[in-house]
Amino acid sequence: MKILVCISNVPDTTTKVKFVDGDTKLDTNGIQWVINPWDELSLTRALELKDDASTGVKSVTVAHVGLATSEPTIRKALAIGADDAIRVNADPTDAYNVAAQIAEVVKKEQFDIIMCGIESSDFNSSAVGSMVAEFLGMPSVSAVSNLKIENGTAVITREIDGGKEIISVPAPFVAIVQKGIAKEPRIAAMRGIMMARTKAIKLYEPVAIDALTETAKFEMPAARAACKFVDAENPKQLIELLQAETKLI
Amino acid sequence: MSVLVYTENWDGKFKKSSFELVSYASKVAEMMGTSAVAVSIGNVDEAELKLLGNYGAQKVISVNQDNLKTLDSQAYTSAIASVAEKIGAKVIVVANNNSGKSIAPRLSVRLKAALGAGVSKLPISTSPFTVYKRAFSGGAYADVVLKTDVKVITLAQNSFDVIETANNAVIEKMDISVDAPKTQVKEVQKQSGKLLLTDAEIVVSGGRGMKSADNWAPIVELADLLGGATACSRPVSDEGWRPHDEHTGQTGKIIAPNLYFAVGISGATQHIAGVSSSKYIVAINNDKSAPIFEVAQYGIVGDAQKVLPQLVAAVKEIKGK
Ligand SMILES: Cc1cc2nc3c(=O)[nH]c(=O)nc-3n(C[C@H](O)[C@H](O)[C@H](O)COP(=O)(O)OP(=O)(O)OC[C@H]3O[C@@H](n4cnc5c(N)ncnc54)[C@H](O)[C@@H]3O)c2cc1C
Ligand SMILES: Cc1cc2nc3c(=O)[nH]c(=O)nc-3n(C[C@H](O)[C@H](O)[C@H](O)COP(=O)(O)OP(=O)(O)OC[C@H]3O[C@@H](n4cnc5c(N)ncnc54)[C@H](O)[C@@H]3O)c2cc1C
Repeated sequence: MKILVCISNVPDTTTKVKFVDGDTKLDTNGIQWVINPWDELSLTRALELKDDASTGVKSVTVAHVGLATSEPTIRKALAIGADDAIRVNADPTDAYNVAAQIAEVVKKEQFDIIMCGIESSDFNSSAVGSMVAEFLGMPSVSAVSNLKIENGTAVITREIDGGKEIISVPAPFVAIVQKGIAKEPRIAAMRGIMMARTKAIKLYEPVAIDALTETAKFEMPAARAACKFVDAENPKQLIELLQAETKLI
Repeated sequence: MSVLVYTENWDGKFKKSSFELVSYASKVAEMMGTSAVAVSIGNVDEAELKLLGNYGAQKVISVNQDNLKTLDSQAYTSAIASVAEKIGAKVIVVANNNSGKSIAPRLSVRLKAALGAGVSKLPISTSPFTVYKRAFSGGAYADVVLKTDVKVITLAQNSFDVIETANNAVIEKMDISVDAPKTQVKEVQKQSGKLLLTDAEIVVSGGRGMKSADNWAPIVELADLLGGATACSRPVSDEGWRPHDEHTGQTGKIIAPNLYFAVGISGATQHIAGVSSSKYIVAINNDKSAPIFEVAQYGIVGDAQKVLPQLVAAVKEIKGK
């Protein structure tokens, strides 16, 4: 069995984003780029499955659609333990375009399980995983909080409102993962970092597929009203204020 | 031409969020000079379907067949795409919840329709069709142009108010054949009757400043008294003080209640990413310089152990309990 983990390259989660060129572009100055948090967990789970010989998982590949500037992030994934990596050399401009490129990779390389995160922390579309599946006509399962392989078939836990479902699905399929998929992201050990240098990043040239959307402009969130402080000696006043001003209590 | 809205049901019933969705779709239809049609999948009775008319749906299409008994994203996509093509939908509106996220992107590919995901306002313009969506996990918003003739929008929860109108929806049963699902649900573990964190209008949330699991009683009591739900920061669920489904933030649940109480929560960016769409944030923290006060509209600088019981008492007094 072969697993593909799709990784998005995103600004560190503590970044206070700023924009340039009349608010049309992200100011990348000083940004630390990281593996999207969900994708780190998804990679961790893929490696756990590979570590367990009974699953039959033989390899874990990471794929990224992005320019050469994102190679440090791909190297990080290799250092954590991915066997190899694929980079599609395209400027990712929307989920549709990214998913179409990943689908092409899957057609050529054939994977049994494709893992995507529930959301990329930069454009928050929660779309790429399901789109990849649709391009390939494969089943997909969203909100996956656990993925096991029992006797050669995948058993998935899907989070639903107020509970969970246990689902079985035939490979190949796309799993869109969220909280629970792995406890802590695996971190790169020294040996992994050394080995990552020698691992291959296979380069794919993009297929010609237009993006369907275009970001016209970024805006900062609407300013929130300044905090009104209530004296700690008189908390009751807070409840009275909330009742009078928000009408919610 | 029309605007199609997919309204999910929960055991045959709609929720307030369904009505928000239909209200939104009706307004989008109005902007485009057309009308809104709702599609419901599964077993929902006529009286319940009729309710959607009160929020502007001119017609409600009901699709009910065996291959759609459980949410299989391929089967649901086929069904909704067929309906959309039959009625010539120009815009398809879906909720930005777990089910919506598993369907909308597939619809986008199936119909080659641009996707605007996590939209929180009416379109800024219809030509070019431009939506306003959350980006950088709440750190910014983006005006995104959807460039195709047909568009798919997922609407962020609690971002649009319900609008009632006097209107009588026509109910139409539609037979659509879809392939048998490839995914198979083996087992369902579900707690029914409990208010879901993502549905709650008031949320009381505790962080590491609560010090221990033993100190949670006043948080739970305050939430109960206010008809709300409880939540927590990530370290709290990591410590096992509270269940994982309460974890709120970038790597947990993203919620948008009307009122969010953050008690003993410092206000890290990753936590704020999950609550920044709340209408009002109330912070209780003993450190005046905690970043949570920068996003809060109401605050108390003080010890949660002392403040919480007094808040509980004050709410009891107001509610006459
Ligand atoms: C400088 C810069 C500017 C960008 N500008 C834009 C822009 O204006 N508009 C825009 O939509 N995007 C832009 N992107 C691309 C963005 O980072 C995403 O790759 C892509 O748009 C998908 O984002 P999403 O929110 O739709 O992903 P989601 O659908 O939320 O992502 C879900 C999952 O899909 C997978 N995934 C997402 N992106 C990739 C990827 N690139 N390669 C491999 N797997 C991936 C991951 O598993 C991720 O967890 C930009 C990227 C950079 C570096
Ligand atoms: C990739 C990534 C993803 C993350 N995702 C999330 C996420 O989804 N959700 C999340 O919450 N975190 C997330 N985090 C963690 C986040 O960075 C913070 O560490 C976390 O939010 C802190 O939780 P806290 O506010 O409860 O604890 P702390 O930061 O320790 O804050 C405790 C607060 O309690 C106050 N306090 C102490 N005693 C009292 C008292 N007696 N009365 C009143 N106040 C008191 C203190 O002044 C302090 O402000 C993530 C981190 C990373 C790196």
